[in-house]
Amino acid sequence: MSTVTARSATAPVLPMLARQSYAEFVKLFRVPAFSVTSIVLPTMFYAFIGLGQAKEPLFPGSAVTFGEYFLASMALYGVANVMVLGFGISLANERGQKQDLLMKSTPLPAPVFFTAKALSALAIALISIVVLGLFAAVAAGVQVDASQWLTLGARAMLCSIPFIGLGFALGYLAGPNSAPAVTNLIYLPTAFASGLFFPLRLLPQLLQNLAPYLPLYRGAQLVWDSVGARTEGGSIATDWLYMGAYTVVFFLLALWAYRRDQGKKFN
Amino acid sequence: MSAPAAELVNTSKRYGEVQAVQDVSFVIEPGEVVAMLGPNGAGKTTSISLMLGTRKPTSGTVRLFGMDPKDLKARSRIGVMLQESGVPGMLRVAEIVELFRSYYPAPLATAEAIRMAGLEEKAKSLVKDLSGGQRQRLYFALAVCGDPDALFLDEPTVGMDVEGRRRFLEEIGALATKGRTVVLTTHYLEEADQLARRVIVIDHGRVIADSTPAAIKARVAGKRVTFSTGTRPDESQFAGLPLNSKQIEDHRVRLLTNEPEQVLRELFRRGVEIQNLEVAGADLEEAFVAMTHQQTQT
Repeated sequence: MSTVTARSATAPVLPMLARQSYAEFVKLFRVPAFSVTSIVLPTMFYAFIGLGQAKEPLFPGSAVTFGEYFLASMALYGVANVMVLGFGISLANERGQKQDLLMKSTPLPAPVFFTAKALSALAIALISIVVLGLFAAVAAGVQVDASQWLTLGARAMLCSIPFIGLGFALGYLAGPNSAPAVTNLIYLPTAFASGLFFPLRLLPQLLQNLAPYLPLYRGAQLVWDSVGARTEGGSIATDWLYMGAYTVVFFLLALWAYRRDQGKKFN
Repeated sequence: MSAPAAELVNTSKRYGEVQAVQDVSFVIEPGEVVAMLGPNGAGKTTSISLMLGTRKPTSGTVRLFGMDPKDLKARSRIGVMLQESGVPGMLRVAEIVELFRSYYPAPLATAEAIRMAGLEEKAKSLVKDLSGGQRQRLYFALAVCGDPDALFLDEPTVGMDVEGRRRFLEEIGALATKGRTVVLTTHYLEEADQLARRVIVIDHGRVIADSTPAAIKARVAGKRVTFSTGTRPDESQFAGLPLNSKQIEDHRVRLLTNEPEQVLRELFRRGVEIQNLEVAGADLEEAFVAMTHQQTQT
């Protein structure tokens, strides 16, 4: 068995990661139920809700237009949507089809698998922002300068990271049949309650009190701030701190959910 | 001296109340082609899962190429086909083979793996559009694409059509002649006989036989002798007869034997009243079931 000892013991990680990321991306992209809703939905909301009142001030006397506010809102909505629904539903489905069984017996390291999943979702999130940005600039004539575009894009992408953890956690906690309902039930109301569709001051007092503790609200402040559309007071530093804390909490939750699932199946 | 391809030492596995594998020990040397044979629920899949490290033994030790089966270095040397495992439907056949190749240090060419599985015409199809048999062939392509030293195949031919099965058996034969280790589970003795030089028979979580297919066949082949008796037969009437198995239900007697003439001569001599005598070749499945049945009773 000299041929056995001559070759290296395991495959190189980077080409593996590249292939895996490509496969994960293609898997998501080729499911219209996912790719269309992820990429087109934020833009569609923008067309339905934002377009008509794009030039109007956010509220009387505000220097910020509704168009700017809603652009930032939908950018965040889109990326977090990819993470929560992309991971949540696709992971739950993969588990339902026992895809993890075969993967588990290959020499693919689990961290490579998860990194690839995260990268593929980030890529789709980026596409959703670009599509939305192009639409807002061309159709709605939203004018923000280049540095604002970049800040908005970068912040939206960064703010999507805690939701990767949340998506993973939901994917391992929800069953394949309940995943779409569960993820939507969690995601849509919190998006609404965080003021992504209507400025917070138009919402009931209860929600206004609750909002500052929601991760999407903190993310929203950061993206609004990048186009000068910050709706509430408070500092960016606090917002980042909250996002950091949510990242830790959601990833720990994901890890716990993953271990729980693995313990059930592979013990 | 290279480490055994797979090794179980006094291994037991319990799922809650169910004792799936009970104190099993065996060694599979590199280059061996081994069939694990047994009825459904006998513990074959659990044994494979233990060797792959996808299940942890409740007690005992399992090694894969002398390593912990979870070790990626060990996993890099094996390819697997599992029952009921899923693959991403939205990837094309060639794409998923490419993907799985990237997990292994010295893989086969994609086209070669696809050829071995007989999926050349389906290389560009989406996985979700494959038929059951084609999907099974895809699993085979994924198992061999890493050019592994050892293959673990759990019920590999289930769902394959005749042509797929023939080709599959040929490819396994070719791998065996190249010195690859093959461990497969099946409940077809024929398949085990065709492929393997060693058969491990498992029933109720225990190894009840471990020898060549010929020896196993000698134990299970033979004739089925069935008859009724006027009076309820007495156990002592069958004492000392060369029987592989014996089933008595009321007045109906079913015997499996390799020497039906001698058995019948002796029964007549002992004055057993025999009616409705039938002597037929025992089919292998039946003989096999009889053998496992007999073992658990002794």
